[in-house]
Order: sequence, then C-alpha cells, then structure tokens
Amino acid sequence: MSRTLFDKIWDAHVIRTIEDGPSVLYIDKHLVHEVTSPQAFAGLEKRGIGVARVKNIMATVDHNVPTINQHLPIKDLISRKQVETMETNCKKFGIELYGLGHLYQGIVHVIAPELGITLPGMTLVCGDSHTSTHGAFGTISFGIGTSEVEQVLATQCLLQEKPKQIKIEINGKTSNGVSAKDVILYVISELGTGGATGAFVEFCGSTIRQMSMEERMTVCNMSIEMGARGGLIAPDEITFAYCRNKPFAPKGKKWHAALEYWKTLFTDADATFDKNFSFNAEAVAPMITYGTNPGMGININERIPNHNETSFERSLEYMNFSKGDKLKGKKVNWVFIGSCTNSRIEDLRIVADFVKGKKKAEWVNALIVPGSRGVLMQAQAEGIDQILLEAGFVLREPGCSACLAMNDDKIPAGDYCVSTSNRNFEGRQGPGARTLLASPLMAAAAAVYGEITDVREFLN
Amino acid sequence: MEKFETIISNVVPLPAENIDTDQIIPARFLKATTKEGFGQNLFADWRYHEDGSVVTDFVLNGDRYSGKILLAGKNFGCGSSREHAAWALYDHGFRVVISSYFADIFRSNALNNGLLPVRVSEAFLKQMFRWVEAFPSAKVKVDLHEQTLELLDLGVKKSFEIPPFKKACLLNGQDDMHFLLNLKEEVIEYEKTSKYMQLIN
Ligand code: SF4
Repeated sequence: MSRTLFDKIWDAHVIRTIEDGPSVLYIDKHLVHEVTSPQAFAGLEKRGIGVARVKNIMATVDHNVPTINQHLPIKDLISRKQVETMETNCKKFGIELYGLGHLYQGIVHVIAPELGITLPGMTLVCGDSHTSTHGAFGTISFGIGTSEVEQVLATQCLLQEKPKQIKIEINGKTSNGVSAKDVILYVISELGTGGATGAFVEFCGSTIRQMSMEERMTVCNMSIEMGARGGLIAPDEITFAYCRNKPFAPKGKKWHAALEYWKTLFTDADATFDKNFSFNAEAVAPMITYGTNPGMGININERIPNHNETSFERSLEYMNFSKGDKLKGKKVNWVFIGSCTNSRIEDLRIVADFVKGKKKAEWVNALIVPGSRGVLMQAQAEGIDQILLEAGFVLREPGCSACLAMNDDKIPAGDYCVSTSNRNFEGRQGPGARTLLASPLMAAAAAVYGEITDVREFLN
Repeated sequence: MEKFETIISNVVPLPAENIDTDQIIPARFLKATTKEGFGQNLFADWRYHEDGSVVTDFVLNGDRYSGKILLAGKNFGCGSSREHAAWALYDHGFRVVISSYFADIFRSNALNNGLLPVRVSEAFLKQMFRWVEAFPSAKVKVDLHEQTLELLDLGVKKSFEIPPFKKACLLNGQDDMHFLLNLKEEVIEYEKTSKYMQLIN
C-alpha cells in the first residue's frame, strides 16, 4: 500500500493501537528544558518512579536564562530557582544537562539539529510547540504539555491519535531578497492560523528542495502557526550532508546503514493526503506582519486589508495601525534577531552581510541573540561579531530572549519591534509590546534605516 | 487528577477569538516550579493594569458573570504548548471550556488535567454567547457520561464528541500515565527491533 512519509515513520513507531482509541507511540528523542519540566519531574517523584531512558533525552536551559553574563549567578531569584531546579532534577535522575556555559547550550530547537541529535526517521518531542522545527529532517516531531513530558520521561511513550495529513507543495525560485521566512509567512497569511489545524503538514516542491537545512527548519518551525501539529520534509542529499559528521550522528558502518534507511523515507507517488495546497514561490515578496497573530502578514508593498470582525479591529487597535495603512516607512525602535526560527549561523551571516559598513539608526535598539553557544562561537570565528558591533548591534549570549520575554529582554509597552521570531501575539515580547514578524534580512534593514523598508531596494 | 463529575453552573463569556496561551498565562508567570497558584495570573494582561490595579470591565473582575464554565471564541488555546494555561484555568475554578475550536496541544493538556474542552458548532457558539450575555444567571449542565451540554432554562440539549479513551480517563480520574506504565515489557520488545536504537546505540 502507498504510504506518505508521515505514515512510514508513524508505522515504525507504533507499539500498539488501542481499540477505538489512540496508539502507543514510541518516542526516540525527548528534548527537555527548564520551563515545562519541573512539574513533570515533581510528578515522577510523587509517583515514586524514575526516568525510563536517560540516553534518549537531551536537556538544556534556554527559555528563562539571561543573555548577558551567563557565567554569573542569575540575578532574578525566581528564574535562578527554576534553572537550579533543572540542574537538581537532571542530577537526581541521571540526565546529562547542557547548562549555562556548556559548549552545547542553546535553544532546544537549534542545538539538537546542530549536534546531530535530530536525525531523519525519528519521533521527537519536547515541551514546546516549536518542536515542529525538527520535521525539516523528515522526523515526526511535535510539542507536548508537561503531563506528556512526565509520561515520556517515565515510559518513553505517548498515547496519540493518528492526525490528518496535509501536503503543501511550493514550486519555483524565490527572487532576490526573499527568504524561507517570507515563504512561510506568505503561506500562513494565505491559509490562516487555522489552515492546518491538528494536521501534520508535509512540505514539498522545488522551492523546498532548493532550501538549505536551516531554511527548511525555518519553514517547519512556523508550521505550528497555521495550527499544524508539525511539519515535515522528506530527507535528501542536503539533509544527509548536513547530518554527516555531526557530534551525535552515527559514524562508520552505522552511518551507512542509517543512510540506506533514510533513503526509503519519502511519500510514495500515489499516496494521498487529506488536503493539498500548492503555492508559487515566485509570487512571494518580503513579508511583514501587521497584527497580533502570524496569519496577519502582508507583502511589504501591500496595504493592511479591510476586515470588519471585532478581533481584527481589536488587533489593529493594539498595534495602533489602521485599515489601508502601508507599513513601509513606519518608524520602529526595536529590532530583535533571534529565536528558534531565525538565530542560526546562516541568519547571522545574512544580517552581517547586509549591515557591514553600515550603522543602525540612532533610535533603534538592535538585539541579536544567537540560538546556541555553537552559533555564537562560529560567528566570532567568522568575524561576524565585529561587524555587528561596528554597526551598533548588540550581540548577546544564547537563549530564547525577547522571543517570549521571560527574562529581562523585553520590548517596552507601545514600542514597535521588527522581530525574526515566530509569534506576534499581544504581549509576547513584553506587556504592550508591538511585534512585526519578518525575515532576518528585513529586520537588518529596519535596524539600519530605522523604519520598515522594502529590503530589495537596498540590494544589488 | 480528580474525577470529572457532572457540572451545573453559570457561564463566563469571553467572546475573543484566537485566545492564545500567552494571553491565558503570560510567559513571565512561567517561572514557577509547581502547578499551583497560576489562577491568580489567569488572563493577567487583560485582568490587571500595569500597576497591578484591576481592570474593572474585564469579565473575570465584575460580578455580572461567574461559574465553572468558560465560553470562548474559536481557536481557543492556540500558540505556546504551556500546560500552565490549563493549570491556570483549573486553578481559577474552571472545569469546562466551550468553544467552536480548540488548538490541539491545549486540548490534550486540558484533558490531562481534568479540564473538559467542549467543542460546539460556530452557530451554536454564537447563540450561546447571545443567550449568556442576555441572561448571566443562565445555567448550563455538562454531562460527560451522556456527552451532552444542556442550556437548562432553554431546554436546549446538544451532544458533543470526546474520544472514548479520554472520556474514560476523565470519568475515572486517571491520566494516560496509568495506562503507559503497564507497557514496560512491550516497550522493551519494541526497542529490540527499533531502527533508531540500532543506529544510535
Ligand atoms: S525561541 Fe521562542 S519559540 Fe523558540 S523555543 Fe524559545 S520561546 Fe519558544
């Protein structure tokens, strides 16, 4: 029988299916961080049980850590307690932790791929919705709640109903100045935040095939913003080349065995999906969001549309925009380049390339937070840190930072922030903060010109 | 988890759509390491001014509405996977949320904590908002056994869907863990044939 990529991975992980009920799904990899795990560990202790498979766990701290002076004790006492609780729990249950200062520390969704922990064909979960990121490797990866974190810790399994499947095909070559982030913001603006609710989305087509792994991660990362459980992309030579020689990737004979298996991971030609969409990448221009959900995006030369729903109007009121407004030319005073969507080395290179020899606008605070210690060190090795410094950008230490504003990196109420993150919800970057989602290149241009621009006007 | 009993209660209407978990419980309140106490910060940015004073016209602050049932616009619980959202709603006293659509992770988080998400049609949701807003003292009965929602004074009854496995869990006050812990042997058997285990170990 013809099967999709999703079916193949799913079938290989179902231990059994309950009659009239969910399936027991085996989880290969579990990523754990400090914010959604303490209650799970406490739950294990309360039940008097341990962790089933410490080797299948990767643990780090990212959400609630400062991005300056990570070598010093955390100033915020409640945050410090949460990070210390993580350390205590990992020690108690025998889990290796990539804590602050560790060479491997960083945002869960940045470090697992760059360490070769995320590999094609796996099932991977994390107490974080953007676990969808790892689908870029051809994995079934999805976010879970803390009760489920506890279940996976205790049993390495989850009960899951098999979700619906959607295929999104994107073909064509993107034009200069248009990135993977623009492509996915465009798709979400077309399908809406409910366009893929509850489903797994397979992205395919020539545009996706041409993307690097980091770009594919950006696409899958944001699949959750159209309601999907996760996104996935069939592994190919680009995937294999990326995984080869990563610290935790299989080596030697095992590598060859892995390759052989991974090459079977694709959707059979006559397999069917519950829904199909297709898009033309040539139609995509640099995107920017104007509202308070990621579906409220327009291309930079469009005007804010005219809808009459209360929630739409409320959203514009929060952003202090009006129907029919153009965003181009609007002044901004914050730029945040970071988050598991766009904080990888390729993102930093793009920003550095653009700002080299330029200066940020005086009134802009430009914050760059690399996704991992590894990205930061690579940026330093390439001299990117120097370029950013000269341009007046602030380069921080790794963490989630202003993506969710749990630490001190908050955007003040009322201020506009062009952000490379994934959510522009009310208050997401701090109470009252106004977020405009865009690509790293668009964010870099906003920092330099102090307003929202069409970056293409400044490219050769 | 407590057993889910039949509920008869007033309804608190919150007609906004796409209420994301960042609204339900903003990130800055996620620093706690226990499950308790999130209720006081439920909808914090809508409920309190920046200086901590109460926003008097927010629905949880007035005396017009109260009860164990929250009625919310479509796509409730989208965004971040934080289970703290379900804890906060439960801690505040809610036992049921009614909407025309629930985000996936929120739905399973709610079910894992004895909070029942009841999905109704778009049209019925609108009707309920009109009714509750006109008659704040109106009572609704939620019967999980029968899988019905009843607007008591109106005599209108609607059935709702819930996966049978989850229904049994709620009624017995058991979560998935009870089931999973009994599978140890099967898991070991599975691991012997697992591709991943062979590649990595
Ligand atoms: S960077 Fe933002 S979206 Fe990504 S894991 Fe951290 S908080 Fe979540």
